[in-house]
Amino acid sequence: MTVHATHESHLVTTGLTQAAGRYFGAPVTIENLTRESGGASRQTWSFDALTADKRHALILRRDPPTATGDRSGSLPRAIEFRVLRAAFEAGVRAPEVLFELTAEDGLGDAYVMRRIGGTAIARKLLRDAPYAEARGKIASQLGDIAARIHAVDTAKLPPLAHRQAADHIAALRRQLDALGTAQPVFELALSWLDRRKPAPVARPVLVHGDYRTGNYLADQTGVTAILDWEGAHLGDPVEDLGWLCVKSWRFGSVDKPAGGFGTREELWGAYQGAGGCKVDPARAHWWEVFGTVRWGIICHTQAWKHLSGALKSMEMAAIGRRAVETEVDLLQLLKSGG
Amino acid sequence: MAQDRPTASEFLNAIIDFLREEATPALDKADPRLGFQMRVAVNSLAILEREERLGTAADARELDRLRELLGRDGTLAELNRELARQLRAGERDETDGALMAHLELTIADKIAIANPKWR
Repeated sequence: MTVHATHESHLVTTGLTQAAGRYFGAPVTIENLTRESGGASRQTWSFDALTADKRHALILRRDPPTATGDRSGSLPRAIEFRVLRAAFEAGVRAPEVLFELTAEDGLGDAYVMRRIGGTAIARKLLRDAPYAEARGKIASQLGDIAARIHAVDTAKLPPLAHRQAADHIAALRRQLDALGTAQPVFELALSWLDRRKPAPVARPVLVHGDYRTGNYLADQTGVTAILDWEGAHLGDPVEDLGWLCVKSWRFGSVDKPAGGFGTREELWGAYQGAGGCKVDPARAHWWEVFGTVRWGIICHTQAWKHLSGALKSMEMAAIGRRAVETEVDLLQLLKSGG
Repeated sequence: MAQDRPTASEFLNAIIDFLREEATPALDKADPRLGFQMRVAVNSLAILEREERLGTAADARELDRLRELLGRDGTLAELNRELARQLRAGERDETDGALMAHLELTIADKIAIANPKWR
């Protein structure tokens, strides 16, 4: 570990000791602190908080005060905290958030939630032996959970952007323009989407915004928690179902559209069974095409973070060359009608 | 003057084989996070090797098709800008057979370099 990283661990331990002490109302010792993942700006740390009588397995999500430029379109942590709380209280399988940190804790925008078992690594869930039984359940569990997310009482949510199809298309075109290289396949697909925009939903719902394999935890029993809520907004519930079926989120299990685990019909059936609306296949297809364009353009914007010098990273640069995967998929999708 | 052998492609393949067979297993033992990043690096070098071998001809084919499709001359960047403009303006769409044939061939050439296993 570098000197800088050690210093950062010390800083995080100090801030957590103070904040957790306040929350538990008693002295707390922080143990097993490890940085999980994420970039320099949006960090996830795993740790245990020991009170006199109990060990609490927890997660810290934080945006360091110095971080810049890597949170475009993402919710501030304070809003994400309130979305997670509302979802958890409505019975959604999501981590239970416990407390927010304050400026005095010195860690930037941050909150703490309970740690939940399971892995988010798609490759393991799709191929490893321990998950054989779970693989048969995940598609319908995801349909069930999506219905519960979309049923969260919007009056209990913090203010969130309402994004309709037209807003999404405009946002992607702005991102393409910012890249500065012409992208005929994405332009074709965006015009296709523009001509077929689904009618705005009568009642916009809580949309997770990044509902896909890789963004939930699962164990041998299947899905344990939905993660990564920073793209949450109000909109069309079918947006989440379409995004989940984008081919890139099947991680090689291409014949199983529902996140690599099942058919679209299984997903929609479970969704409706748990109180979700009846899914119109044409609307779902539209959102799947949209999601495919969205991921392709995200690939370019990720590479651009490296190219612009904002965030030097070989991995980010390499993602730029993945955009063409979505161009292949788009040409197939546009041929298959809709 | 041409460079001596190994050619760019041969040279890249020698580097890829070394990194994949010798460096990656050692890194995996020392630091799995670096092992993962080395896999990304090796995969990226393989893209560059394919680009070195296939890229020039693919670009030339794309340029020829764009000239034919748009009925004018220009650089690859200029012609793609014009095609993108027409597509956003709705002057062409997916019912245009010549357009779709061009895009299919262009994307087939791109994916053959970026990720030939993608399906």
